[in-house]
Amino acid sequence: MKVGVLALQGAFARHADVLADVGTTPIEVRTPEQLLGVDALVMPGGESTTMSMLLDITQLRRPLVERIADGLPVFGTCAGMILLASSVADGRSDQESLAAIDIDVRRNGYGRQIDSFEADFAVGNEGLSDWELPFHGVFIRAPVVERVGDSVEILARVDESPVLCRQGQVMVASFHPELTDDRRIHELFVEAA
Amino acid sequence: MSDITRATGTQLVKRGLAEMLKGGVVMDVVNPEQARIAEDAGAVAVMALERVPSDIRRDGGVARMSDPEMIEGIKAAVTVPVMAKARIGHFAEAQILQALGVDYIDESEVLTPADEAHHIDKWAFDVPFVCGATNLGEALRRISEGACLIRSKGEAGTGNIVEAVRHLRSIMGDIGRITKADSAELFDWAKRLQSPLSLVQEIAETGELPVPMFCAGGIATPADASLVMQLGAQSVFVGSGIFKSDDPAPRARAIVEATTNFTDPVILGKVSRGLGAAMPGLEIDSLETRLADRGW
Repeated sequence: MKVGVLALQGAFARHADVLADVGTTPIEVRTPEQLLGVDALVMPGGESTTMSMLLDITQLRRPLVERIADGLPVFGTCAGMILLASSVADGRSDQESLAAIDIDVRRNGYGRQIDSFEADFAVGNEGLSDWELPFHGVFIRAPVVERVGDSVEILARVDESPVLCRQGQVMVASFHPELTDDRRIHELFVEAA
Repeated sequence: MSDITRATGTQLVKRGLAEMLKGGVVMDVVNPEQARIAEDAGAVAVMALERVPSDIRRDGGVARMSDPEMIEGIKAAVTVPVMAKARIGHFAEAQILQALGVDYIDESEVLTPADEAHHIDKWAFDVPFVCGATNLGEALRRISEGACLIRSKGEAGTGNIVEAVRHLRSIMGDIGRITKADSAELFDWAKRLQSPLSLVQEIAETGELPVPMFCAGGIATPADASLVMQLGAQSVFVGSGIFKSDDPAPRARAIVEATTNFTDPVILGKVSRGLGAAMPGLEIDSLETRLADRGW
C-alpha cells in the first residue's frame, strides 16, 4: 500500500520511517499529482498556519478535499488534526479547516512549549477492544479537542479530553506517535485503510 | 479517567518541538508588526530580538536579551512558537526568558557573550535551547550541555552564505567520516572533537546528529535556502535577510516556498522572480567582528 505523507513542513520524515516499518510504501506528497497516486495519507505535526498556507500555494487543497470526500483514509497528528477539524479556536482568522472530521479543537490548548508533556493513556472503546498496554503519547504545543460530533468515535482520552478520534476513514491524534517506538497507532490506521 | 501523570520538560518534548519545525523557516523579528508579516508569510516560528544582526554589527556596543515587554508583544501577536536570544553563558537571562514562557531559547553568539568559558547548563531548564556551531565538536559540546537543536552559525548579519556553507560542510563531512570509522578510531574522534565519546558513538551508529540541525547566518535568497537544505540543513533561520531587503513580505514567502521545495529548481526559479533587492551583503574579510568565533 502506498501511504502518502504530506511533506510541506514538519515531522513528515519521521512518519515516513514508521510507515515503512509497518510494511507500507511511504510517498512524500508535495504536489496534486503525487496526491493522486496514494492509497492513504498521513498529515504530520508541524505548524498548521504554515501548512495551511502551503496547501494553497501548492494547489493541494482542492484535490485533498475531493479525495477525502471520496473516502481517502487520512491520519492527522497534531497540526494535521487541526487542519482536518471542523473548526479551530485560537488559530489565525484566515486559517481554513478541511472539515473532514466533526470535532472542534483549540490550537495550543494545553499551553505553550513549557507545558508540552508525555503521558501514558489507555486506548480502546466499544468499537475497538482495549489495548493490553497503555500508549505513551508525546504532546507538543498540542491542540485540545473541545467538541466531538455524535458520529465521531473517541479511541483515547487524557483526563477528560479526547486525544485520539476516528470518523469513518479519518483518524486524528493530538499527540505524536511518530516520535516514539510504539507502532500500534500507525498499524491501527494502516489496517483500517 | 483522571489524574494521568504528565511529564514536562523531558528531552522528548524538547527535541520534539524541533522535529515539528523541520522543513520550515524561523524568522528574526523586532516588533509585533514584523512578527505578523512573518507569520502571514508562513514562518514556522519567530525569533524575537531587539535588533537584527546587521544592525547589531553596525551599531556595536553590548547586545543583550530583549526587553520582556517587546517579547510579550510579539507573543501576543502570533500563534506560532516564539524564540528569544540569551547571551552565551548568561543563565539569568535564560531563566527570565523561561519565566516569560518563550518556546525556545537561542543561546546566541549574535549577542555579546557573558561568560568566556562556560555555556549555560541547559539541562537545568524545562524550555528547550538551540545553540550555534561552526563544527561538529562544538555541536556535540552544546548537545552534551543539553541543547535540543543545533544551528550551523554562518556569519550573522552579512547576507553572505559562504560561512554557513563552510560550517555545514564541516559538520556533515565529519559526520560522514565518523560513520566510516571503526570502533577504535571513535576514541580518537572524541578526543579530537573534544566531545563526549558516547555522542560520537551514537553518530557512528545513526549517521546523524542526535538532535535536528538547522542553518543560520547569511541566508538572503530562496536559492540560499535551497543550497543549505541540500547540504543537509533541516530548516533555516533567516535574520537580517528578510526585513533588511527591499520588500520583506514576498521575500519571506518565497524563502518559505523554497525551503519546502528545495530540490525543485523549476519552483525555485518561479519563486525567485521579482523579489526586489536582497539585503546588501558584506565580504567576510571586511568584518571587524566575526560573531561565529564567539562560543567555546
